[in-house]
Amino acid sequence: MSSVESVQGIPNKDQSGLRSRRIRWHHYIFLTSVALASFFPFYWMFVISSNDSSAVAKIPPVVVPGGNFLQSIETVNSIINFSVPLLNSLFVASVVALSQVFFSTLAGFAFAKLRFRGKNALFLFILATMMIPTGLGIIPFYFMMSNLGLINTLASVILPGLTTAFGVFWMRQTIDGGVPDELIEAARIDGASNFMVYRKVVMPAIAPTATVLGLFAFLAAWNDFMWPLLSLNSPENFTVQVAVRQLRSAYFIDYSVQMTGAFLATVPLLILFALVARRMVAGVMAGAIKG
Amino acid sequence: MARKSRLKSAEERTGYLYTSPFFLVFAVFGLFPIVYTVWVAFHQWDPFGDPTWIGMDNFVALADDPRLWIAIRNTFSIWILSTVPQLVMALFLAWMLNHSRIRGNTFWRSLILVPNITSVVAVAVVFGQLFGRDYGMVNWLLTVLGFSPIDWVNGTLSSHILISFMVIWRWTGYNALIYLAAMQAVPEDLYEAAEVDGASKFRQFISITIPQIRPTLIFTVIVSTIGGLQIFAEPLILDGQGYGGGVSRQFSTVTLFMFEQGFSRFEYGYASAIAIVLATIVVAFSILNFLVVRRIQKA
Repeated sequence: MSSVESVQGIPNKDQSGLRSRRIRWHHYIFLTSVALASFFPFYWMFVISSNDSSAVAKIPPVVVPGGNFLQSIETVNSIINFSVPLLNSLFVASVVALSQVFFSTLAGFAFAKLRFRGKNALFLFILATMMIPTGLGIIPFYFMMSNLGLINTLASVILPGLTTAFGVFWMRQTIDGGVPDELIEAARIDGASNFMVYRKVVMPAIAPTATVLGLFAFLAAWNDFMWPLLSLNSPENFTVQVAVRQLRSAYFIDYSVQMTGAFLATVPLLILFALVARRMVAGVMAGAIKG
Repeated sequence: MARKSRLKSAEERTGYLYTSPFFLVFAVFGLFPIVYTVWVAFHQWDPFGDPTWIGMDNFVALADDPRLWIAIRNTFSIWILSTVPQLVMALFLAWMLNHSRIRGNTFWRSLILVPNITSVVAVAVVFGQLFGRDYGMVNWLLTVLGFSPIDWVNGTLSSHILISFMVIWRWTGYNALIYLAAMQAVPEDLYEAAEVDGASKFRQFISITIPQIRPTLIFTVIVSTIGGLQIFAEPLILDGQGYGGGVSRQFSTVTLFMFEQGFSRFEYGYASAIAIVLATIVVAFSILNFLVVRRIQKA
Protein backbone atom coordinates (compact mmCIF):
# COMPACT_ATOMS: atom_id res chain seq x y z
CA MET A 1 0.00 0.00 0.00
CA SER A 2 2.73 2.43 0.91
CA SER A 3 4.30 2.14 -2.53
CA VAL A 4 1.02 3.12 -4.15
CA GLU A 5 0.87 6.22 -2.04
CA SER A 6 4.50 7.17 -2.49
CA VAL A 7 4.36 6.89 -6.27
CA GLN A 8 1.34 9.12 -6.44
CA GLY A 9 2.37 11.45 -3.70
CA ILE A 10 -1.18 11.52 -2.47
CA PRO A 11 -2.10 10.74 1.10
CA ASN A 12 -4.22 7.71 1.73
CA LYS A 13 -7.71 9.03 2.17
CA ASP A 14 -9.13 5.73 3.24
CA GLN A 15 -7.48 6.31 6.56
CA SER A 16 -7.87 10.06 6.92
CA GLY A 17 -11.02 9.38 8.87
CA LEU A 18 -12.45 12.84 8.44
CA ARG A 19 -15.72 11.52 7.12
CA SER A 20 -17.52 8.75 8.81
CA ARG A 21 -17.36 5.62 6.72
CA ARG A 22 -18.73 2.41 8.02
CA ILE A 23 -17.53 -0.96 6.85
CA ARG A 24 -20.46 -2.36 4.97
CA TRP A 25 -20.81 -6.03 4.30
CA HIS A 26 -22.43 -5.50 0.89
CA HIS A 27 -19.26 -3.70 -0.26
CA TYR A 28 -17.32 -6.84 0.46
CA ILE A 29 -19.88 -8.99 -1.32
CA PHE A 30 -19.74 -6.74 -4.36
CA LEU A 31 -15.94 -6.61 -4.46
CA THR A 32 -15.68 -10.35 -3.89
CA SER A 33 -17.96 -11.04 -6.84
CA VAL A 34 -15.90 -8.69 -9.04
CA ALA A 35 -12.75 -10.48 -7.90
CA LEU A 36 -14.31 -13.88 -8.63
CA ALA A 37 -15.37 -12.71 -12.08
CA SER A 38 -11.81 -11.49 -12.68
CA PHE A 39 -10.37 -14.80 -11.70
CA PHE A 40 -12.95 -17.23 -13.01
CA PRO A 41 -11.61 -17.53 -16.62
CA PHE A 42 -8.22 -18.64 -15.28
CA TYR A 43 -9.86 -21.25 -13.10
CA TRP A 44 -11.96 -22.33 -16.08
CA MET A 45 -8.89 -22.75 -18.28
CA PHE A 46 -7.50 -25.12 -15.69
CA VAL A 47 -10.80 -27.00 -15.30
CA ILE A 48 -11.09 -27.68 -19.01
CA SER A 49 -7.43 -28.51 -19.53
CA SER A 50 -7.28 -30.85 -16.54
CA ASN A 51 -10.28 -32.86 -17.72
CA ASP A 52 -10.32 -35.08 -20.78
CA SER A 53 -11.92 -33.94 -24.02
CA SER A 54 -15.19 -35.74 -23.35
CA ALA A 55 -15.76 -33.72 -20.14
CA VAL A 56 -16.20 -30.58 -22.24
CA ALA A 57 -19.29 -32.11 -23.79
CA LYS A 58 -21.14 -32.92 -20.59
CA ILE A 59 -24.42 -31.47 -19.39
CA PRO A 60 -24.39 -30.14 -16.71
CA PRO A 61 -20.81 -28.90 -17.26
CA VAL A 62 -17.94 -30.31 -15.25
CA VAL A 63 -16.87 -27.53 -12.87
CA VAL A 64 -14.02 -29.04 -10.90
CA PRO A 65 -10.46 -29.77 -12.07
CA GLY A 66 -9.74 -33.35 -13.14
CA GLY A 67 -6.57 -35.39 -13.14
CA ASN A 68 -5.79 -35.13 -16.81
CA PHE A 69 -3.62 -32.01 -16.85
CA LEU A 70 -0.28 -33.69 -17.60
CA GLN A 71 -1.93 -35.77 -20.30
CA SER A 72 -3.25 -32.56 -21.89
CA ILE A 73 0.21 -31.00 -21.83
CA GLU A 74 1.55 -34.09 -23.58
CA THR A 75 -1.15 -33.78 -26.25
CA VAL A 76 -0.27 -30.12 -26.80
CA ASN A 77 3.42 -30.95 -26.97
CA SER A 78 2.80 -33.64 -29.54
CA ILE A 79 1.25 -30.97 -31.80
CA ILE A 80 3.61 -28.09 -31.03
CA ASN A 81 6.55 -28.51 -28.69
CA PHE A 82 5.30 -25.76 -26.42
CA SER A 83 8.63 -25.04 -24.74
CA VAL A 84 9.81 -23.54 -28.05
CA PRO A 85 7.19 -20.76 -28.23
CA LEU A 86 7.56 -20.17 -24.48
CA LEU A 87 11.30 -19.62 -24.86
CA ASN A 88 10.80 -17.50 -27.99
CA SER A 89 8.32 -15.28 -26.18
CA LEU A 90 10.58 -15.01 -23.16
CA PHE A 91 13.44 -13.92 -25.41
CA VAL A 92 11.39 -11.44 -27.47
CA ALA A 93 9.65 -9.89 -24.45
CA SER A 94 12.90 -9.57 -22.47
CA VAL A 95 14.78 -7.89 -25.31
CA VAL A 96 11.87 -5.52 -25.99
CA ALA A 97 11.53 -4.66 -22.28
CA LEU A 98 15.24 -3.96 -21.76
CA SER A 99 15.49 -1.97 -24.95
CA GLN A 100 12.41 0.12 -24.20
CA VAL A 101 13.66 0.94 -20.73
CA PHE A 102 17.09 1.94 -22.06
CA PHE A 103 15.97 4.06 -25.03
CA SER A 104 12.99 5.61 -23.22
CA THR A 105 14.98 6.70 -20.19
CA LEU A 106 17.80 7.99 -22.40
CA ALA A 107 15.43 10.06 -24.54
CA GLY A 108 13.39 11.04 -21.48
CA PHE A 109 16.57 12.31 -19.83
CA ALA A 110 17.45 14.38 -22.91
CA PHE A 111 13.97 15.88 -23.13
CA ALA A 112 13.78 16.63 -19.41
CA LYS A 113 17.27 17.83 -18.62
CA LEU A 114 19.35 18.66 -21.71
CA ARG A 115 19.09 21.82 -23.79
CA PHE A 116 19.00 21.49 -27.55
CA ARG A 117 17.30 23.36 -30.36
CA GLY A 118 13.85 22.15 -31.40
CA LYS A 119 13.44 20.12 -28.21
CA ASN A 120 9.85 21.14 -27.54
CA ALA A 121 8.76 20.68 -31.14
CA LEU A 122 10.33 17.21 -31.23
CA PHE A 123 8.59 16.25 -27.99
CA LEU A 124 5.22 17.45 -29.28
CA PHE A 125 5.82 15.40 -32.42
CA ILE A 126 6.34 12.29 -30.28
CA LEU A 127 3.06 12.98 -28.46
CA ALA A 128 1.26 13.37 -31.79
CA THR A 129 2.52 9.97 -33.02
CA MET A 130 0.62 8.34 -30.14
CA MET A 131 -2.68 9.19 -31.88
CA ILE A 132 -1.84 7.26 -35.06
CA PRO A 133 -3.81 4.02 -35.52
CA THR A 134 -1.27 1.22 -35.20
CA GLY A 135 -2.50 -1.10 -37.92
CA LEU A 136 -2.68 1.59 -40.57
CA GLY A 137 0.55 0.81 -42.41
CA ILE A 138 0.44 -2.96 -42.07
CA ILE A 139 0.49 -3.74 -45.82
CA PRO A 140 3.67 -1.77 -46.71
CA PHE A 141 5.09 -2.82 -43.34
CA TYR A 142 4.79 -6.39 -44.54
CA PHE A 143 6.43 -5.54 -47.89
CA MET A 144 9.31 -3.86 -46.11
CA MET A 145 9.95 -6.72 -43.68
CA SER A 146 9.73 -9.10 -46.59
CA ASN A 147 12.28 -7.10 -48.64
CA LEU A 148 14.60 -6.98 -45.64
CA GLY A 149 14.35 -10.77 -45.45
CA LEU A 150 12.97 -10.57 -41.90
CA ILE A 151 9.65 -12.36 -42.38
CA ASN A 152 9.49 -15.42 -40.13
CA THR A 153 12.31 -14.21 -37.86
CA LEU A 154 12.12 -13.15 -34.23
CA ALA A 155 13.95 -9.96 -35.26
CA SER A 156 10.85 -8.89 -37.19
CA VAL A 157 8.79 -8.81 -34.00
CA ILE A 158 11.54 -7.28 -31.86
CA LEU A 159 12.64 -4.37 -34.08
CA PRO A 160 9.36 -2.38 -34.20
CA GLY A 161 9.05 -2.60 -30.41
CA LEU A 162 12.54 -1.30 -29.53
CA THR A 163 11.17 2.06 -28.44
CA THR A 164 7.70 3.60 -28.10
CA ALA A 165 6.29 7.11 -27.89
CA PHE A 166 4.50 6.25 -24.68
CA GLY A 167 7.74 5.12 -23.02
CA VAL A 168 9.61 8.29 -23.99
CA PHE A 169 6.69 10.45 -22.84
CA TRP A 170 6.34 8.68 -19.51
CA MET A 171 10.07 8.69 -18.72
CA ARG A 172 10.36 12.38 -19.62
CA GLN A 173 7.59 13.21 -17.15
CA THR A 174 9.15 10.98 -14.51
CA ILE A 175 12.66 12.39 -14.87
CA ASP A 176 11.37 15.96 -15.09
CA GLY A 177 9.56 15.64 -11.77
CA GLY A 178 11.76 13.08 -10.02
CA VAL A 179 15.38 14.21 -10.50
CA PRO A 180 16.35 17.64 -9.02
CA ASP A 181 18.46 19.87 -11.28
CA GLU A 182 20.86 20.53 -8.39
CA LEU A 183 21.80 16.86 -8.29
CA ILE A 184 22.68 16.94 -11.97
CA GLU A 185 24.62 20.20 -11.65
CA ALA A 186 26.59 18.77 -8.73
CA ALA A 187 27.54 15.71 -10.77
CA ARG A 188 28.61 17.92 -13.69
CA ILE A 189 30.82 20.03 -11.42
CA ASP A 190 32.47 16.80 -10.37
CA GLY A 191 33.26 16.30 -14.05
CA ALA A 192 30.61 13.73 -14.95
CA SER A 193 29.75 13.36 -18.64
CA ASN A 194 26.11 13.35 -19.77
CA PHE A 195 26.11 9.59 -19.92
CA MET A 196 27.61 9.37 -16.42
CA VAL A 197 24.88 11.70 -15.18
CA TYR A 198 22.31 9.44 -16.81
CA ARG A 199 23.80 6.29 -15.34
CA LYS A 200 24.79 7.44 -11.85
CA VAL A 201 22.19 10.12 -11.06
CA VAL A 202 19.11 9.73 -13.22
CA MET A 203 18.73 5.95 -13.39
CA PRO A 204 19.02 5.27 -9.63
CA ALA A 205 16.48 8.02 -8.93
CA ILE A 206 13.82 6.70 -11.31
CA ALA A 207 14.54 2.96 -11.12
CA PRO A 208 11.13 2.01 -9.65
CA THR A 209 9.15 3.70 -12.41
CA ALA A 210 11.54 2.49 -15.11
CA THR A 211 10.97 -1.04 -13.81
CA VAL A 212 7.21 -0.63 -14.21
CA LEU A 213 7.76 0.58 -17.78
CA GLY A 214 9.82 -2.55 -18.40
CA LEU A 215 7.05 -4.75 -16.99
CA PHE A 216 4.43 -3.12 -19.18
CA ALA A 217 6.68 -3.55 -22.22
CA PHE A 218 7.28 -7.20 -21.32
CA LEU A 219 3.54 -7.89 -20.99
CA ALA A 220 2.71 -6.07 -24.22
CA ALA A 221 5.39 -7.98 -26.14
CA TRP A 222 4.34 -11.31 -24.61
CA ASN A 223 0.70 -10.68 -25.55
CA ASP A 224 1.41 -9.13 -28.97
CA PHE A 225 -0.53 -10.97 -31.62
CA MET A 226 -1.36 -9.10 -34.83
CA TRP A 227 2.09 -8.73 -36.36
CA PRO A 228 3.63 -11.97 -35.01
CA LEU A 229 0.70 -13.87 -36.55
CA LEU A 230 1.50 -12.43 -39.97
CA SER A 231 5.26 -12.73 -39.74
CA LEU A 232 5.99 -15.97 -37.91
CA ASN A 233 4.92 -18.96 -39.96
CA SER A 234 7.04 -21.90 -38.91
CA PRO A 235 6.68 -23.59 -35.52
CA GLU A 236 10.31 -23.07 -34.48
CA ASN A 237 9.69 -19.30 -34.62
CA PHE A 238 6.23 -19.13 -33.04
CA THR A 239 5.62 -16.94 -30.04
CA VAL A 240 3.11 -18.25 -27.49
CA GLN A 241 0.14 -16.28 -28.84
CA VAL A 242 0.72 -17.54 -32.37
CA ALA A 243 1.08 -21.07 -31.04
CA VAL A 244 -2.26 -20.85 -29.19
CA ARG A 245 -3.96 -19.47 -32.28
CA GLN A 246 -2.46 -22.35 -34.26
CA LEU A 247 -3.86 -24.88 -31.79
CA ARG A 248 -7.26 -23.22 -32.14
CA SER A 249 -7.22 -23.37 -35.93
CA ALA A 250 -6.05 -26.98 -36.09
CA TYR A 251 -8.08 -28.31 -33.18
CA PHE A 252 -11.13 -26.11 -33.41
CA ILE A 253 -13.31 -28.73 -31.83
CA ASP A 254 -10.98 -29.88 -29.06
CA TYR A 255 -11.28 -27.31 -26.30
CA SER A 256 -9.10 -29.15 -23.82
CA VAL A 257 -6.13 -28.80 -26.22
CA GLN A 258 -6.84 -25.10 -26.86
CA MET A 259 -7.34 -24.31 -23.20
CA THR A 260 -4.15 -26.08 -22.19
CA GLY A 261 -2.26 -23.91 -24.69
CA ALA A 262 -3.96 -20.76 -23.40
CA PHE A 263 -3.22 -21.82 -19.83
CA LEU A 264 0.46 -22.44 -20.57
CA ALA A 265 0.68 -19.07 -22.32
CA THR A 266 -0.89 -17.27 -19.36
CA VAL A 267 0.68 -18.91 -16.31
CA PRO A 268 4.11 -17.22 -16.71
CA LEU A 269 2.35 -13.84 -16.72
CA LEU A 270 0.32 -14.72 -13.64
CA ILE A 271 3.50 -15.70 -11.79
CA LEU A 272 5.23 -12.49 -12.88
CA PHE A 273 2.17 -10.48 -11.89
CA ALA A 274 1.99 -12.10 -8.46
CA LEU A 275 5.55 -10.90 -7.83
CA VAL A 276 5.05 -7.32 -9.00
CA ALA A 277 1.30 -6.63 -8.68
CA ARG A 278 1.84 -3.79 -6.23
CA ARG A 279 4.20 -1.96 -8.58
CA MET A 280 1.94 -2.53 -11.58
CA VAL A 281 -1.08 -1.13 -9.78
CA ALA A 282 0.98 1.87 -8.70
CA GLY A 283 2.21 2.31 -12.27
CA VAL A 284 -1.27 2.26 -13.80
CA MET A 285 -2.53 4.76 -11.24
CA ALA A 286 0.50 7.05 -11.52
CA GLY A 287 0.27 7.03 -15.31
CA ALA A 288 -3.37 8.01 -14.98
CA ILE A 289 -2.59 11.14 -13.01
CA LYS A 290 0.09 12.30 -15.41
CA GLY A 291 -1.91 11.40 -18.49
CA MET B 1 32.69 32.37 -24.38
CA ALA B 2 34.02 30.12 -27.11
CA ARG B 3 34.39 27.39 -24.53
CA LYS B 4 30.85 27.84 -23.34
CA SER B 5 29.36 27.62 -26.82
CA ARG B 6 31.42 24.52 -27.50
CA LEU B 7 30.02 22.97 -24.36
CA LYS B 8 26.53 23.92 -25.43
CA SER B 9 26.95 22.35 -28.84
CA ALA B 10 28.22 19.20 -27.16
CA GLU B 11 25.04 19.18 -25.10
CA GLU B 12 23.02 19.71 -28.27
CA ARG B 13 24.70 16.79 -29.96
CA THR B 14 24.03 14.58 -26.96
CA GLY B 15 20.39 15.70 -26.97
CA TYR B 16 19.95 14.68 -30.58
CA LEU B 17 21.89 11.46 -30.09
CA TYR B 18 19.83 10.36 -27.07
CA THR B 19 16.48 11.11 -28.72
CA SER B 20 17.39 9.75 -32.15
CA PRO B 21 16.56 6.05 -31.54
CA PHE B 22 12.86 6.85 -31.26
CA PHE B 23 12.83 8.90 -34.45
CA LEU B 24 14.79 6.26 -36.31
CA VAL B 25 12.44 3.45 -35.29
CA PHE B 26 9.38 5.61 -35.93
CA ALA B 27 10.58 6.74 -39.37
CA VAL B 28 11.30 3.19 -40.54
CA PHE B 29 8.49 1.19 -38.90
CA GLY B 30 5.83 3.86 -38.42
CA LEU B 31 5.95 6.79 -40.80
CA PHE B 32 7.25 5.12 -43.94
CA PRO B 33 4.61 2.34 -44.06
CA ILE B 34 1.80 4.83 -43.43
CA VAL B 35 2.86 7.20 -46.21
CA TYR B 36 3.40 4.23 -48.50
CA THR B 37 -0.12 2.96 -47.71
CA VAL B 38 -1.59 6.03 -49.42
CA TRP B 39 0.48 5.24 -52.53
CA VAL B 40 -0.54 1.57 -52.58
CA ALA B 41 -4.23 2.49 -52.14
CA PHE B 42 -4.27 4.13 -55.58
CA HIS B 43 -3.05 0.97 -57.30
CA GLN B 44 -4.27 -2.39 -58.42
CA TRP B 45 -1.59 -4.19 -56.44
CA ASP B 46 -1.23 -7.93 -55.91
CA PRO B 47 1.62 -10.46 -55.74
CA PHE B 48 1.03 -11.70 -59.32
CA GLY B 49 1.82 -8.71 -61.52
CA ASP B 50 3.21 -5.18 -61.61
CA PRO B 51 1.18 -2.61 -59.69
CA THR B 52 -1.07 -0.48 -61.93
CA TRP B 53 -2.19 3.04 -61.09
CA ILE B 54 -6.01 3.07 -60.98
CA GLY B 55 -6.70 6.39 -59.27
CA MET B 56 -9.75 6.37 -57.01
CA ASP B 57 -11.08 3.02 -58.28
CA ASN B 58 -10.40 1.17 -55.02
CA PHE B 59 -12.33 3.78 -53.07
CA VAL B 60 -15.20 3.81 -55.56
CA ALA B 61 -15.42 0.01 -55.34
CA LEU B 62 -15.29 0.19 -51.55
CA ALA B 63 -18.22 2.60 -51.37
CA ASP B 64 -20.29 -0.02 -53.21
CA ASP B 65 -18.96 -2.98 -51.26
CA PRO B 66 -21.58 -4.27 -48.79
CA ARG B 67 -18.82 -6.03 -46.88
CA LEU B 68 -17.38 -2.64 -45.87
CA TRP B 69 -20.74 -1.39 -44.62
CA ILE B 70 -21.34 -4.60 -42.68
CA ALA B 71 -17.88 -4.23 -41.14
CA ILE B 72 -18.55 -0.58 -40.22
CA ARG B 73 -21.89 -1.50 -38.67
CA ASN B 74 -20.30 -4.32 -36.66
CA THR B 75 -17.39 -2.16 -35.53
CA PHE B 76 -19.66 0.57 -34.17
CA SER B 77 -22.07 -1.91 -32.62
CA ILE B 78 -19.26 -3.73 -30.77
CA TRP B 79 -17.66 -0.42 -29.81
CA ILE B 80 -20.84 0.90 -28.15
CA LEU B 81 -21.76 -2.43 -26.53
CA SER B 82 -18.30 -2.75 -25.01
CA THR B 83 -17.39 0.84 -24.13
CA VAL B 84 -20.53 2.12 -22.42
CA PRO B 85 -21.05 -0.70 -19.86
CA GLN B 86 -17.29 -0.94 -19.33
CA LEU B 87 -16.81 2.71 -18.37
CA VAL B 88 -19.98 2.85 -16.27
CA MET B 89 -18.95 -0.28 -14.36
CA ALA B 90 -15.40 1.02 -13.96
CA LEU B 91 -16.75 4.26 -12.46
CA PHE B 92 -18.90 2.35 -10.01
CA LEU B 93 -16.07 0.04 -9.07
CA ALA B 94 -13.66 2.95 -8.53
CA TRP B 95 -16.24 4.74 -6.39
CA MET B 96 -16.62 1.59 -4.33
CA LEU B 97 -12.86 1.21 -3.86
CA ASN B 98 -12.49 4.87 -2.96
CA HIS B 99 -15.47 5.36 -0.70
CA SER B 100 -15.75 2.33 1.47
CA ARG B 101 -13.42 1.63 4.30
CA ILE B 102 -12.31 -1.74 3.05
CA ARG B 103 -9.25 -3.60 4.14
CA GLY B 104 -6.54 -4.76 1.78
CA ASN B 105 -6.42 -1.97 -0.81
CA THR B 106 -3.54 -3.43 -2.81
CA PHE B 107 -5.16 -6.84 -2.78
CA TRP B 108 -8.40 -5.67 -4.40
CA ARG B 109 -6.64 -3.36 -6.82
CA SER B 110 -4.35 -6.17 -7.97
CA LEU B 111 -7.23 -8.59 -8.44
CA ILE B 112 -9.17 -6.26 -10.73
CA LEU B 113 -6.03 -5.66 -12.80
CA VAL B 114 -5.42 -9.39 -13.43
CA PRO B 115 -7.71 -9.59 -16.51
CA ASN B 116 -5.75 -6.81 -18.18
CA ILE B 117 -2.49 -8.75 -18.18
CA THR B 118 -4.12 -11.69 -19.97
CA SER B 119 -3.67 -12.00 -23.72
CA VAL B 120 -6.59 -11.46 -26.08
CA VAL B 121 -5.92 -14.91 -27.51
CA ALA B 122 -6.39 -16.67 -24.18
CA VAL B 123 -9.47 -14.57 -23.38
CA ALA B 124 -11.06 -15.39 -26.73
CA VAL B 125 -10.41 -19.13 -26.28
CA VAL B 126 -12.01 -19.17 -22.82
CA PHE B 127 -15.00 -17.00 -23.70
CA GLY B 128 -15.55 -18.91 -26.93
CA GLN B 129 -15.89 -22.08 -24.86
CA LEU B 130 -18.03 -20.55 -22.09
CA PHE B 131 -20.45 -19.19 -24.70
CA GLY B 132 -20.45 -22.36 -26.79
CA ARG B 133 -23.80 -23.27 -28.32
CA ASP B 134 -24.14 -26.88 -27.18
CA TYR B 135 -21.96 -27.33 -24.12
CA GLY B 136 -21.13 -23.81 -22.95
CA MET B 137 -21.76 -22.94 -19.34
CA VAL B 138 -23.66 -19.75 -20.22
CA ASN B 139 -26.24 -21.60 -22.28
CA TRP B 140 -26.51 -24.28 -19.62
CA LEU B 141 -27.29 -21.58 -17.03
CA LEU B 142 -29.84 -20.04 -19.42
CA THR B 143 -31.68 -23.35 -19.79
CA VAL B 144 -31.58 -23.98 -16.06
CA LEU B 145 -33.22 -20.57 -15.56
CA GLY B 146 -35.87 -21.50 -18.12
CA PHE B 147 -34.63 -19.51 -21.10
CA SER B 148 -33.84 -21.03 -24.46
CA PRO B 149 -30.15 -21.40 -25.33
CA ILE B 150 -28.54 -18.86 -27.69
CA ASP B 151 -26.29 -19.54 -30.67
CA TRP B 152 -23.90 -16.80 -29.54
CA VAL B 153 -21.29 -17.01 -32.30
CA ASN B 154 -23.69 -17.31 -35.21
CA GLY B 155 -26.10 -14.53 -34.31
CA THR B 156 -25.27 -10.93 -35.21
CA LEU B 157 -26.20 -9.11 -32.03
CA SER B 158 -25.33 -12.09 -29.83
CA SER B 159 -21.82 -12.36 -31.31
CA HIS B 160 -21.34 -8.63 -30.74
CA ILE B 161 -22.40 -9.11 -27.12
CA LEU B 162 -20.00 -12.02 -26.74
CA ILE B 163 -17.08 -9.97 -28.13
CA SER B 164 -18.09 -7.06 -25.88
CA PHE B 165 -17.95 -9.38 -22.87
CA MET B 166 -14.31 -10.13 -23.70
CA VAL B 167 -13.44 -6.45 -24.01
CA ILE B 168 -15.37 -5.53 -20.86
CA TRP B 169 -13.78 -8.33 -18.86
CA ARG B 170 -10.30 -7.29 -19.92
CA TRP B 171 -10.56 -3.51 -19.49
CA THR B 172 -13.01 -2.66 -16.68
CA GLY B 173 -10.51 -3.11 -13.86
CA TYR B 174 -7.83 -1.12 -15.65
CA ASN B 175 -10.18 1.81 -16.20
CA ALA B 176 -11.42 1.54 -12.61
CA LEU B 177 -7.86 2.02 -11.36
CA ILE B 178 -7.45 5.09 -13.58
CA TYR B 179 -10.70 6.54 -12.20
CA LEU B 180 -9.67 5.62 -8.67
CA ALA B 181 -6.43 7.58 -9.06
CA ALA B 182 -8.40 10.60 -10.26
CA MET B 183 -10.98 10.26 -7.46
CA GLN B 184 -8.24 10.24 -4.83
CA ALA B 185 -7.13 13.65 -6.06
CA VAL B 186 -10.57 15.18 -5.39
CA PRO B 187 -10.29 17.48 -2.34
CA GLU B 188 -11.93 15.89 0.69
CA ASP B 189 -13.52 19.13 1.91
CA LEU B 190 -15.85 19.20 -1.10
CA TYR B 191 -17.46 16.01 0.20
CA GLU B 192 -17.50 17.32 3.75
CA ALA B 193 -19.35 20.45 2.68
CA ALA B 194 -21.84 18.35 0.73
CA GLU B 195 -22.30 16.09 3.73
CA VAL B 196 -23.06 19.10 5.91
CA ASP B 197 -25.64 20.22 3.34
CA GLY B 198 -27.23 16.80 3.60
CA ALA B 199 -26.43 15.65 0.05
CA SER B 200 -26.91 11.93 -0.53
CA LYS B 201 -24.03 9.70 -1.67
CA PHE B 202 -25.54 9.49 -5.11
CA ARG B 203 -25.92 13.27 -5.27
CA GLN B 204 -22.27 13.68 -4.20
CA PHE B 205 -21.18 11.29 -6.92
CA ILE B 206 -23.09 13.23 -9.61
CA SER B 207 -22.31 16.75 -8.44
CA ILE B 208 -18.77 16.41 -7.09
CA THR B 209 -17.00 13.26 -8.28
CA ILE B 210 -18.03 13.34 -11.94
CA PRO B 211 -17.19 17.04 -12.59
CA GLN B 212 -13.93 16.75 -10.65
CA ILE B 213 -12.60 13.78 -12.60
CA ARG B 214 -13.90 14.95 -15.96
CA PRO B 215 -10.46 15.29 -17.64
CA THR B 216 -9.82 11.63 -16.78
CA LEU B 217 -13.26 10.63 -18.06
CA ILE B 218 -12.56 12.36 -21.36
CA PHE B 219 -9.17 10.69 -21.55
CA THR B 220 -10.65 7.21 -21.10
CA VAL B 221 -13.44 7.86 -23.60
CA ILE B 222 -10.93 8.95 -26.25
CA VAL B 223 -8.59 6.02 -25.58
CA SER B 224 -11.48 3.53 -25.69
CA THR B 225 -12.69 5.07 -28.94
CA ILE B 226 -9.33 4.85 -30.68
CA GLY B 227 -8.83 1.29 -29.43
CA GLY B 228 -12.43 0.14 -29.89
CA LEU B 229 -12.76 1.26 -33.49
CA GLN B 230 -9.69 -0.81 -34.38
CA ILE B 231 -10.93 -4.00 -32.71
CA PHE B 232 -9.56 -7.02 -34.49
CA ALA B 233 -8.03 -9.79 -32.37
CA GLU B 234 -11.18 -10.84 -30.51
CA PRO B 235 -13.30 -11.40 -33.67
CA LEU B 236 -10.34 -13.02 -35.45
CA ILE B 237 -9.84 -15.69 -32.81
CA LEU B 238 -13.55 -16.15 -32.24
CA ASP B 239 -13.84 -17.18 -35.87
CA GLY B 240 -11.18 -19.82 -35.36
CA GLN B 241 -10.44 -20.42 -39.01
CA GLY B 242 -10.04 -17.32 -41.14
CA TYR B 243 -10.36 -13.58 -41.41
CA GLY B 244 -14.02 -13.60 -42.45
CA GLY B 245 -15.56 -12.74 -39.08
CA GLY B 246 -18.09 -15.57 -38.95
CA VAL B 247 -19.97 -17.51 -41.59
CA SER B 248 -22.19 -14.57 -42.57
CA ARG B 249 -19.60 -11.88 -41.70
CA GLN B 250 -21.71 -11.16 -38.63
CA PHE B 251 -18.71 -10.01 -36.59
CA SER B 252 -16.32 -8.87 -39.33
CA THR B 253 -14.82 -5.52 -38.29
CA VAL B 254 -13.12 -2.89 -40.46
CA THR B 255 -9.63 -3.93 -39.34
CA LEU B 256 -10.47 -7.59 -39.84
CA PHE B 257 -11.80 -6.79 -43.33
CA MET B 258 -8.50 -5.05 -44.12
CA PHE B 259 -6.58 -8.12 -42.97
CA GLU B 260 -8.79 -10.41 -45.00
CA GLN B 261 -8.23 -8.42 -48.19
CA GLY B 262 -4.50 -7.96 -47.57
CA PHE B 263 -3.36 -11.29 -46.27
CA SER B 264 -5.93 -13.79 -47.38
CA ARG B 265 -7.00 -12.37 -50.76
CA PHE B 266 -3.70 -10.56 -51.43
CA GLU B 267 -5.51 -7.47 -52.71
CA TYR B 268 -2.92 -5.09 -51.33
CA GLY B 269 -4.33 -1.97 -53.01
CA TYR B 270 -7.87 -2.66 -51.85
CA ALA B 271 -6.67 -3.45 -48.31
CA SER B 272 -4.72 -0.18 -48.21
CA ALA B 273 -7.84 1.72 -49.24
CA ILE B 274 -9.67 0.08 -46.31
CA ALA B 275 -6.82 1.19 -44.03
CA ILE B 276 -7.33 4.78 -45.15
CA VAL B 277 -11.11 4.56 -44.60
CA LEU B 278 -10.41 3.21 -41.10
CA ALA B 279 -7.93 6.00 -40.34
CA THR B 280 -10.45 8.58 -41.54
CA ILE B 281 -13.13 7.15 -39.25
CA VAL B 282 -10.78 7.15 -36.25
CA VAL B 283 -9.57 10.71 -36.90
CA ALA B 284 -13.12 11.96 -37.53
CA PHE B 285 -14.25 10.47 -34.24
CA SER B 286 -11.32 11.92 -32.34
CA ILE B 287 -12.20 15.38 -33.70
CA LEU B 288 -15.87 14.83 -32.91
CA ASN B 289 -14.92 13.81 -29.37
CA PHE B 290 -12.85 16.95 -29.05
CA LEU B 291 -15.64 19.21 -30.33
CA VAL B 292 -18.28 17.66 -28.08
CA VAL B 293 -15.97 17.97 -25.08
CA ARG B 294 -15.21 21.61 -25.87
CA ARG B 295 -18.90 22.34 -26.16
CA ILE B 296 -19.59 20.76 -22.80
CA GLN B 297 -16.78 22.74 -21.25
CA LYS B 298 -18.23 26.00 -22.54
CA ALA B 299 -21.70 25.25 -21.33
